[in-house]
Amino acid sequence: MSAITLTLNEELVTARQGQTILEVAREHSIHIPTLCYLEGLEEMGGCRLCMVEVQGSARPVPACITKAQEGMVVATDSETITEYRRMIVELLLAERNHTCAVCVQNGSCELQTLAARLGVDHVRFDYLHQQLSMDASRERFALDHNRCVLCLRCVRTCDAVEGAHTWDVRGRGVTSRIVADLDRPWGESVSCTDCGKCVQLCPTGALFRKGATVGEMVKEREFLMRLLERRRAIQGRQS
Amino acid sequence: MKRLRLATAWLGGCSGCHMSLLDLGEFLADIAGSIELVYGPLVDAKEFPENVDVALLEGAVANMENLELLQQIRERSRIVVSFGDCAITGNVTSLRNFFSVDDLLTAVYQAGPGTLPRSDEAGQVLPELLPRVLPLHQVVAIDAFIPGCPPEPDRIRTALESLLKGEAVQLSEEQRTFG
Amino acid sequence: MTRAELAELAEKEQVQRDAKKLRLLVCCGTPCLAAGSEAVVAALRQKLAESGSPAELEVVGTGCLGPCSRGPLVTVQRKGTPDMVYERMDPQQAVALLDAYLAAASLPQQNLLPEDLPFFRRQQRVVLQTCGLIDPEDIQQYIGHGGYEALAQVLHEMTPEEVCDGVTASGLRGRGGGGYSTGLKWQLVQKGTGSRKFVVANGDEGDPGAYMDRSLMESDPHRVLEGMAIAGYAVGAEQGYIYVRGEYPLAAQRLKTAIRDAERMGVLGSRVLDSNFSFRVDIRIGAGAFVCGEETALLASIMGRRGQPRIRPPYPAQSGLWGCPTLINNVETFGNIAAIFTMGPAAFASIGSGKSRGTKVFALCGEVCNTGLIEVPMGMPLREIIYDIGGGLPGGAAFKAAQTGGPSGGCIPASKLDTPVDYEHLQELGSIMGSGGLIVMGEKSCMVDVARFFMEFCLDESCGKCVPCRTGTIEIYRLLTRLCNGSAAARDLENLEKLCHLVKDTSLCGLGSAAPNPVLSTLHWFRDEYEAHLTDRRCPAGVCGMDVKPLHLMAEELLQRVVASRVNGEAF
Repeated sequence: MSAITLTLNEELVTARQGQTILEVAREHSIHIPTLCYLEGLEEMGGCRLCMVEVQGSARPVPACITKAQEGMVVATDSETITEYRRMIVELLLAERNHTCAVCVQNGSCELQTLAARLGVDHVRFDYLHQQLSMDASRERFALDHNRCVLCLRCVRTCDAVEGAHTWDVRGRGVTSRIVADLDRPWGESVSCTDCGKCVQLCPTGALFRKGATVGEMVKEREFLMRLLERRRAIQGRQS
Repeated sequence: MKRLRLATAWLGGCSGCHMSLLDLGEFLADIAGSIELVYGPLVDAKEFPENVDVALLEGAVANMENLELLQQIRERSRIVVSFGDCAITGNVTSLRNFFSVDDLLTAVYQAGPGTLPRSDEAGQVLPELLPRVLPLHQVVAIDAFIPGCPPEPDRIRTALESLLKGEAVQLSEEQRTFG
Repeated sequence: MTRAELAELAEKEQVQRDAKKLRLLVCCGTPCLAAGSEAVVAALRQKLAESGSPAELEVVGTGCLGPCSRGPLVTVQRKGTPDMVYERMDPQQAVALLDAYLAAASLPQQNLLPEDLPFFRRQQRVVLQTCGLIDPEDIQQYIGHGGYEALAQVLHEMTPEEVCDGVTASGLRGRGGGGYSTGLKWQLVQKGTGSRKFVVANGDEGDPGAYMDRSLMESDPHRVLEGMAIAGYAVGAEQGYIYVRGEYPLAAQRLKTAIRDAERMGVLGSRVLDSNFSFRVDIRIGAGAFVCGEETALLASIMGRRGQPRIRPPYPAQSGLWGCPTLINNVETFGNIAAIFTMGPAAFASIGSGKSRGTKVFALCGEVCNTGLIEVPMGMPLREIIYDIGGGLPGGAAFKAAQTGGPSGGCIPASKLDTPVDYEHLQELGSIMGSGGLIVMGEKSCMVDVARFFMEFCLDESCGKCVPCRTGTIEIYRLLTRLCNGSAAARDLENLEKLCHLVKDTSLCGLGSAAPNPVLSTLHWFRDEYEAHLTDRRCPAGVCGMDVKPLHLMAEELLQRVVASRVNGEAF
């Protein structure tokens, strides 16, 4: 793999060919906020939080997907970009009912942390107050649409890691909803294996363990890379 | 030195933020000499006074009474602070926004358990409810925000220390989470 | 069928056509059908049968002729005289026309359009050259007008590289809105490597007020198929898909007939026109999502997946359908291809101006006398399109703005009426060529309300994949609603602009990033209207209700009530 050189926030850095801007930045301890991105899952570029400025590009580009290139000049935290990120978090907070005070994920929620980190101390836009339901029909887990940010980590992990493809999306635009088994109550899903991967990877309190009350839901995400590495090792042994 | 004319107000909220303010404990005694508490649930004042330096407002705008008071506070205060999640986001107070005012009053005062008040009586006693509960900054300009439900005493302390020095409120990353 | 047989068939058709003394062409495009042209055709055919079906007479149900607001339209073709076009015909009037001819009397003048009507005279029909002249469900009529000759020429005389070069030399650019060089795109796919390649025609036309692609697919489906087949040969694809919007059942049905007939004739299918080239075309019907007009979403939809865009690169030319190099062009772009090779790339390139070559089809609508489908050379000043072809605004009303490019476009104000309509000039004004919707507005239109209309469309059609488009559009819509109902606050205008820039800069696909254009463009040209709504709570055009009080006024009103009640000694 050949090495390339690029400029990241006015510093020359070396990267391997094929690495994304996000990977290069993380290797050099430069923080770029992300939400839908999760190492190990296929990137979808939906949250737009990891947008960075690349010299010569008319618009910001998503760092999670854009490959680093020789001679690229990247700025990860210009004033414009920071303001855009703040607005995106504000839009997410306004879209559904993220009442942190009464959420199972209070204290360890990725959206909550992002807001604080980006300095979002109030939301400039209208709260939409969508009437959203909760699906507690599954025995061990529950889904609260009020907290969902449509990052689709659940959809992607269920499809690509667990192989069940229980989750998908119904509707479009602001009326998009996560659905189990072509839109039936999760409790009636026949494809769901109850593995709980979606619950652990969910960045907010949208998917949680039943019985957890305010602030009690703590998630463990390290399993994903562990699992994928073991899987690779097994496949390597077999081939 | 001129003492800081501080007011607090309790709009549509649970008063938890005021409880948290009291939890500042000895710090309150420390700053007692530098402030003059001129209005709020903690003092006996009938009307919101003029020339207030800093107003800490707890709770969201839920009814016409809140709206009137907020408007008055904004006109008479130099710095208005949204104090706690209800003031900033609507929080628990705004959970009623899923229902129409009529449905809400019917559910609480007519169809609900208990005996009093009933029917028209509620309408006469209660201030007129706004169709939707609103965060303060959607109604008037707000100068600083102290998030939290309720905000931890250390957040309030950081904010008050800045305000006493005449500086802008600057909370750390850990101090500005919602919830 | 061989090339010689094709030529023979074309000649036979022409001879047959020339033998007719009178041909009555009844427009059967969707607008004329809606106005009752089917009954006109039936009445004429019945009359013909009653008169013993004379061989020198013919009634043809054709595709769209253009001036849609004047339908049903009947064109009278008589040997040796110029065509006459009758507007707003009902069955009785049409039969009276035929009666007059049969009685050897002079044809009635009633409902006759003037011969030199600028609507027709100022147009240059390349894509639409046979629209309204032939029966779209009769392949022989298309062949009789030189149809499939370009395909035959390309297959037998040119290498695929030469075809790509020809398209590049013609200067043709994508007619779907992007304006990317068609020839370069073809070359990319041609050079691409993959086990298979595909050609896709984008007929998912979704802009409000636009119906160019529909008309072309309905009126001249073979022209689109011929363009696709030439593309297939040029890039090395044996399979084509034509993605038709679900709301266009007539277009889908006519395309289906056209594909069947073309395969029977041997101009599609295996060994096209006796060459080694095989090309099949299948129709895919959309399910009512605007976003499926975005190329990556369209490809996902063809593959049976959720119609959502994905990030480019890779571009479809590198990795499209099932990971194979895929050429995707708009229906109108394909409609230009045959003409490029019949007239020669250089002749094609001589039409138009600057970097915009050839003609453009527009759907002219809104507050304009002659609404309908038109085709003009690129670079024609907007004024000529609206005042000469369109006949100006009804009642001589003052022109205020023209909206081009639909929900991704912008408004052009009266001061820019002399702008040449081409890709570059429209972009300079903050609008786009788009697919060809052209909505004319007079003083009765409120620009804030117009922006709000388009934003409502965008939020409804957002796929929901990325946050700025999904939630940004609805917040923009709410701010515009507040401006229109009188309850906006000062910071709302500031937030509106900020949100527009966010959505423009950070949305995932082209549709999302273009969604704020109608707002940004009206803000640029008509800022005073926004300010009148905000500051004076007044709608200059008198469209908006302005009946909701802003919160700060509510509070003031309440304060007055409180003060008054205290003075009166009442308890509040």
